[in-house]
Amino acid sequence: MEAYLNLFVKSIFIENMIFAYFLGMCSYLAVSKTVKTAVGLGLAVIFVLAITVPINFLLDTYLLQPGALSWLGAQYADLDLSFLSFIMFIAVIASMVQLVEMVVEKFAPALYGALGIFLPLIAVNCAILGGSLFMQQKDFPGVAESAVYGLGSGIGWLLAILAIAAIREKITYSNVPAPLRGLGITFIITGLMALGFMSFMGIKL
Amino acid sequence: MEANKTTPEKKTSILFVNKEREPLFSKKNRKLLSDPMDDNNPITVQVLGICSALAITVQLKPAVVMSISVMAVMAASNVIISLLRNLIPNRIRIIVQLVVVASMVILVDQILRAYAYDVSKELSIFIGLIITNCIVMGRLEAFALGNGVWKSFLDGIGNAAGYGLILILVAFFRELLGSGKLFGFQVIPDAIYELGYVNNGLMLLSPMALITVGILIWIQRSRNRTLIEKN
Repeated sequence: MEAYLNLFVKSIFIENMIFAYFLGMCSYLAVSKTVKTAVGLGLAVIFVLAITVPINFLLDTYLLQPGALSWLGAQYADLDLSFLSFIMFIAVIASMVQLVEMVVEKFAPALYGALGIFLPLIAVNCAILGGSLFMQQKDFPGVAESAVYGLGSGIGWLLAILAIAAIREKITYSNVPAPLRGLGITFIITGLMALGFMSFMGIKL
Repeated sequence: MEANKTTPEKKTSILFVNKEREPLFSKKNRKLLSDPMDDNNPITVQVLGICSALAITVQLKPAVVMSISVMAVMAASNVIISLLRNLIPNRIRIIVQLVVVASMVILVDQILRAYAYDVSKELSIFIGLIITNCIVMGRLEAFALGNGVWKSFLDGIGNAAGYGLILILVAFFRELLGSGKLFGFQVIPDAIYELGYVNNGLMLLSPMALITVGILIWIQRSRNRTLIEKN
C-alpha cells in the first residue's frame, strides 16, 4: 500500500508532467486563460490518462514486449513487436479521446463548447502519450502501479494548469511590459513555478 | 472541405496555380519557407510544439538531432496527407493523420537507433513524442489538408526550421552558460575559470528552459511590435 502512495505522490509533485518534463505544454498555454475551462480540460486529461496508461500497460506486457506473446504458444515466444508500440499507444489514446468527447458532448454541452478544439486535441496532448511512454520506460511490475501512475500524473497536470490559470486571471490587472504580455509572461511564470516545484525533489520516497 | 481550410485569397492562389504554372520558388513559396522563421514562428507565435521543445535543450547535439528528425517527419507527413487530402473522410481525419505521423516517427526512431544509438538513448521518449507534437498535427490540419503537395512540403520544411531555430537558440544558451561547452567541446577558456568564473548550474535545470523561451519571446516582440498581444 505504501508503495502505491509513494508512487502517487511522486507522480503528482516530483515528476510533475509540466514542471519536470514540459509535457502537454501546448494546451496548457492555450487553455489557461480562465480557471473554468482549465479545470474542464484538466479533468478530461485525468480521465484519459487514468484509463489509457493501464490499457497500454496490458497491451505492452501481453502483446508488444520481447517474448510477450509466449501465451499464444512456444513458436511465438521470441517475437519482439516493441517497435509497434508508438502506433498501438496512439490508437488506444485516439479512440479513448473520441469516447470522452462523446460523453462530454452529451452530458456537459456548455463545457464542450468552452473546450472547443482542445477536446479532440487531447489526443495529441503530449502528456497523454508521454504517460504511456514513461510507463513503458519505468517497467512497472503490475497493472495497479501503472493505473496509480496515470491517475497521479493527471492530477499533477490539473494542479499545474489550475495554478497558472488562476495566476493569469489575476495578472490581467498588472502592468506587464507590452512585448511580454500574454505568452511571454506565461512562460516566465511557469519557469518560476517550476523552480518552486523543484523543492519537492528533496523528498526521499 | 477545402473552402473551410483556406482563406479566400489563398483559394484564388490555388486556382491560379492550376491555370498557369507557378515557378517552384515563387515569391509566395519562398514566403512559406521564411515566414515561420520570424513572423509566424511555430513556437513563439503559433504556440505549437512546445512540449518536446524544452526538455531536450540542455545540450546542442540532441537539439540538432531533434530538429532534423522533426523536419523529416513534418515534410514526409505533410506530403502524404496532402496527396491523400481529397480521399480522407472528414470525420476520421485525426486518426488518419495520427497513423501517418506515427509511421513516420517509427521510421525515424528505428533509423536513429541503428545509426546514432547514444543520441537516441539521450532523447529517450521524446522521439516518440514527435507523434503528439502539436506542430505536426497543427500544420497538417491547417495547411496540408487544403493545399497542394509542393506547397505543403515547403510549409513542413519551413515550420520545422522555425521550430529548430528556437530549439537550437535555447540549447546554445543553456549549454554555453550551464556547462561552458558547445556540442560537448569546452569553449570557455580555462583562464576565465581561474579568474573565478563559475558555470551556472541553474541553466541545466528545467525551469530555465521556460524562462529562456520567455526572454526570446520578449526580444522577438520588442523587435516586431505587430506581434504584441492585447491583454
